[in-house]
Amino acid sequence: MKIEQVVFYIFSLLAILSASMVIFSKNSVKSALFLILTFFATAGIWMLLEAEFLALTLILVYVGAVMVLFLFVIMMLDVDIASLREGFTRYLPFGLGVAALLIIGLAYAVGGEKFGLNVITPLSIQPKVASNIVALGTVLFTRFLYPFELAGVLLLTAIVAAISLTFRSRSQRIAFIASKQIETRKEDRIKLVQFEIGKKNL
Amino acid sequence: MGNKMTLLKRLRHYVKSFLLWELLLGLKLTGRHLFSSKVTIQYPEESIPRSARFRGLHALRRYPNGEERCIACKLCEAVCPALAITIEAMPREDGSRRTTLYEIDLFKCVYCGFCEEACPVDAIVETGLSEYHFEKRGQNILTKDKLLAIGDKYESQIAVDRKEQWRSED
Amino acid sequence: MLENFLTLGWIMIKVVIIIVSLLLTAAYLSLAERKIVGFMQDRVGPNRVGPLGLMQPIADGLKLLFKEIIMPSRANQYLFIVAPILAIGPALAAWAVIPFQPEWVLADINVGLLYLLSMTSLSVYGIIIAGWASNSKYAFLGALRSAAQMVSYEIAMGFSVVGVVMAAGTLNLSDIIAAQSGGIHHWYWLPLLPLFVVYWISAVAETNRLPFDVSEGESEIVAGFHVEYSGIAFALFFLAEYANMTLVSALATIMFLGGWLSPFQGIPFLDQYLSWIPGIVWFMLKVSFFLFLFLWFRATFPRYRYDQIMRLGWKIFIPLTLIWIVVLAVMIKIGVGPWFS
Repeated sequence: MKIEQVVFYIFSLLAILSASMVIFSKNSVKSALFLILTFFATAGIWMLLEAEFLALTLILVYVGAVMVLFLFVIMMLDVDIASLREGFTRYLPFGLGVAALLIIGLAYAVGGEKFGLNVITPLSIQPKVASNIVALGTVLFTRFLYPFELAGVLLLTAIVAAISLTFRSRSQRIAFIASKQIETRKEDRIKLVQFEIGKKNL
Repeated sequence: MGNKMTLLKRLRHYVKSFLLWELLLGLKLTGRHLFSSKVTIQYPEESIPRSARFRGLHALRRYPNGEERCIACKLCEAVCPALAITIEAMPREDGSRRTTLYEIDLFKCVYCGFCEEACPVDAIVETGLSEYHFEKRGQNILTKDKLLAIGDKYESQIAVDRKEQWRSED
Repeated sequence: MLENFLTLGWIMIKVVIIIVSLLLTAAYLSLAERKIVGFMQDRVGPNRVGPLGLMQPIADGLKLLFKEIIMPSRANQYLFIVAPILAIGPALAAWAVIPFQPEWVLADINVGLLYLLSMTSLSVYGIIIAGWASNSKYAFLGALRSAAQMVSYEIAMGFSVVGVVMAAGTLNLSDIIAAQSGGIHHWYWLPLLPLFVVYWISAVAETNRLPFDVSEGESEIVAGFHVEYSGIAFALFFLAEYANMTLVSALATIMFLGGWLSPFQGIPFLDQYLSWIPGIVWFMLKVSFFLFLFLWFRATFPRYRYDQIMRLGWKIFIPLTLIWIVVLAVMIKIGVGPWFS
């Protein structure tokens, strides 16, 4: 067995194990941490495919930012396991049905006939590109320009929606207005008064 | 009044804050202090001047002829707010009134100096000694022998301090 | 096969050299901090252990090594121990791609900058997990503050790095330095000055150093995320913090101050006279300058209020970097100055 294969199996095993631990772990914080491990293992496999840009972006974006916010929220949750277990058998058929649908969908979208060994040209045969950042950029801005821009607009909409849903106007919340605080000078707050002793200064 | 600023002032405010002007002023100040002379006193080798009225470790004094001053009047015991002083007294062979037991518990003592103020014969004093420690349980009790020994050892300094103190009280 | 092992062994030796010197740097940085902050407060700082107090870090390290690691009751035992390791791991791993002088780099990969960014973004996990696993409210508050702060400032930091990448046209750190050669006015601090300032302030925030140390905030939440840690576990957090400080300083040096390049490049006479100085000396001098800035800031500025930190990150730095990226794009397109022509 070549060293690449050994590394591949280690990473895939790690990915599968930690992915299943995401589901089986009782503690939701641990689930999130296992999800991070899954991302790492996936990044390792991508690194093996010489897709270093994608691998590092996965770590930077998902592990470095998204999962931090996930953890941020999960840590503050108070999850009651017992109430979650309730009705497990009742929902089982429905859950299995959804899972089956998902698997069929996945198999259809990324099945063997699309990503099989006979479809993908091995790395060693592919023409050497200067760097896969260039290759990725070229593909994104030529062949997949519309989907790419569409995804961008979609994300922007999501951001605007999220902000507008959570935004409360200034009158509704108690908040510092930092710019006003900074701009305040002493003339605004202090009133110097001249008065004479022995007189009624009113 | 109010929060209104003229346009020019507002502009100057923005330029100043984007140039981090006030932060740079702060950095300048600390930067200057980096090179200024230091005020640290290297303690065991150096120390700050001690006042003559400093209230440190206790001592029992003697008269120049070697006779102990304490007459067991128990005023110090009475005045002590922390009840740190224990005194027992009996007549000596020559009939004079002396202490048989004079103990100060340094754990109880609050170093207020009332004992030396109460003492009519200037027997119990607080010396300037501040560097002492206990290594075993029980060492916190200063017995009469120890107190007299401290007094004998530091008599010259105690005398100087008393003189200085009286001078300042005149 | 033997050849492979020899290569592996040689790499291991290099790794050990880098890590040992890094840990020594971190240890002595703590002494430098105490000395310099002391000097700025008109004190002399530690001077008892060894000549001029030079043995102080060793003594501190030994003390921490022999102290007991106290496990809080009902703490998550496994994560409690893992957290300090997660803190120091990325801080050390990031050094793999830092070029110290030409050809002196452990892994000369062409996505070096991205690797560095992802490693610095990982350092938040040590803090979060430590805060959560400690089962202590102060630690948890510290962890939450630090998570929000680091995620916010990563964006501003990322955007300023984007500026550098645009200017240099590469993610490879050695190439970024090479693109800045030609003297002090060719370095990127000049055309990217706003990005440089934003990067540096974000870097201070990213490493949780003063005035952005709300995750520790000793006057508010005792010691924040590491309040329950003692002994060597605490020492690991400590080392990670200082290693991260050195890392962001090295990164600032590489991106904005021309890395190993001599500042006298292009100046007649001086250039020739000083050409015998190896690049690593210049590199270390520049890194030391940034580290000194860290300590200087610590001695000068009071801690930011939490909402002000967020305001600074989101409402000032991110728009500022976005604007300057557009300006930079125009500058590159026109071919301004000695940098982009």
